[in-house]
Amino acid sequence: MITSLIRRSIQALFVILAMTLIVFIGVSVIGNPVDILINPDANAAERTRVIAHYGLDQPLWRQYAIFLQGLLHGDFGDSFVYGRPALGLILERMPATLELAFSALVIALVVGLPLGLYAGLYPDRLSSRVIMSGSILGFSLPTFWVGLMFILVFAVELGWLPSNGRGDTAELFGVRWSFLTGDGMRHLLLPALNLALFKTSLVLRLTRAGVQEVLPQDYIKFARAKGLRESRVISVHVLKNLMIPVVTIIGLEFGSLIAFSVVTESIFAWPGMGKLIIDSINLLDRPVIVAYLMMMVLLFVALNFLIDICYTLLDPRVRMDGRA
Amino acid sequence: MSNADTTPIAPEPLARQRIIQYLSAPGAAIGMTLLVVIVLLAVFAPLISPQNPYDLMQLDIMDGRLPPGSESYSGMPYYLGTDNQGRDILSGILYGLRTSLIVGVFSAIAAALIGTTLGLLAAYVGGRTESLLMRLVDLQLSFPTILMALMMLAVLGKGVQNVVIALIIAEWATYARTVRGTALVEREKEYIEAARCLRLPRWRIVFRHLLPNCLAPVIVIATMQVARAIGLEATLSFLGLGASVTEPSLGMLISNGYQYLLSGYYWISFFPGIALLVTIVAINLAGDRLRDILNPRNI
Repeated sequence: MITSLIRRSIQALFVILAMTLIVFIGVSVIGNPVDILINPDANAAERTRVIAHYGLDQPLWRQYAIFLQGLLHGDFGDSFVYGRPALGLILERMPATLELAFSALVIALVVGLPLGLYAGLYPDRLSSRVIMSGSILGFSLPTFWVGLMFILVFAVELGWLPSNGRGDTAELFGVRWSFLTGDGMRHLLLPALNLALFKTSLVLRLTRAGVQEVLPQDYIKFARAKGLRESRVISVHVLKNLMIPVVTIIGLEFGSLIAFSVVTESIFAWPGMGKLIIDSINLLDRPVIVAYLMMMVLLFVALNFLIDICYTLLDPRVRMDGRA
Repeated sequence: MSNADTTPIAPEPLARQRIIQYLSAPGAAIGMTLLVVIVLLAVFAPLISPQNPYDLMQLDIMDGRLPPGSESYSGMPYYLGTDNQGRDILSGILYGLRTSLIVGVFSAIAAALIGTTLGLLAAYVGGRTESLLMRLVDLQLSFPTILMALMMLAVLGKGVQNVVIALIIAEWATYARTVRGTALVEREKEYIEAARCLRLPRWRIVFRHLLPNCLAPVIVIATMQVARAIGLEATLSFLGLGASVTEPSLGMLISNGYQYLLSGYYWISFFPGIALLVTIVAINLAGDRLRDILNPRNI
């Protein structure tokens, strides 16, 4: 167990290092931030001064070394646009994104698991078929378009819910959250539902497939033959064995929720990281782009690491493989 | 398109059997029919659309934001209304479909070619090549597609071509992993051994014998991937990273309407979205049935 942990940590470090190189070279070689930073009318002296200020005159490997050094200190340089540390900008907006992604995950689980369980247990009922067809729709509907339609229906036509911003926030652990106030909740509902749509279908289909895989197993028959109540068979024997795929999905999809929140945030003007990165790509704000991408790399490596550990704890077979 | 793809694998009568089997499911039949109609509409867009939405000379700003069913100054009906620049939404959709389909099909095929080749290579050559390639695949698959695409676009800059490149780079890994899995199983079978005993050259064994037997999952993934790519292209265009305003794709049309949504001009976003939805659903329905029939492993 410990050796495999160490091995995985080393692998994770390599992945992070490789990604820093890819991201840095990609962003440095192809985009030219000088053009947008400097007023076209500026004279040569002014140009040189700005280029030197941002370290753009150094050879690439040197820039990379400086970048790596900065990375270790959490310093990605100042945003070209805001003139403030890039990492600070991102961290400032992170709670909004995390809040949105987490709410969406909760919605996906609360809706997806029971419906998937139902559709798996009673596959022949008409209601199950409707649920399954609905989930195909959930996969096919383009998220951003659904978001627009949410705005159209609930904000414009019915006027029930607000369509942009976070609304009132309240402070908890030194960070401001929307879900603590009634107004914030109202602002959160539409974006969270929008982001959850795809994941709900995924959780639903996964659960159903899992149920159908588990139900014919001998241990389920045995549990029933023992005379256990159906509710116990389902809650203990079926659900427990569903957990492995579902845990993986929760972990992996949480990351992808954060990545996809780019779209939802843009639609609902939710002031999170996603909105920031889109603006930054449009403005070629290199430090912010790099900082965002590196945050994402760290996040995903960390998530995969956690999932691996959960796997090992949940499934003894994986543990055996790790030792062999 | 799927039916044509299976013909080289199966002899003629079997192919016909398969087609009948394929269309016997109502969902697949509907999906396929819709798909054929959509492709025809896209191909013949210049002939059937009332207006060339890319030709700025034909657009009249005075016709901007007309509701569905209104008529232009010269009496031409706008069945689905117009956008802010006086562009006929119906024509915009027909032309936008072309961009979406081309991007989707092209990126799926290119990713399939690259992924399949590398997957076969990994399975057949093995050793260090294999472990290196599969590490790369693992690495890539641990990041969601949209993040990979964003990363590529951050590096390459905006534009449709770059979206295609980003999609190819984001998607090849799926094929590589699946093909390798299938090829590892196929490689151990007798016909490959027989081919080896005949001392056929390695490339011939890989491409003439191994490849055709690994194609079923590739076809299924590719179909689904077309739908995903279309959705992703629309999303990226919506975010302003894809198609240009003068030659809008479906995503761009929807994005155009976004700013007018709050003022109640729903049709600018609504109809292109429906077109996008129908396209994706049609491909998914057709692909779902394909998966049932070909029943590949590893998906």
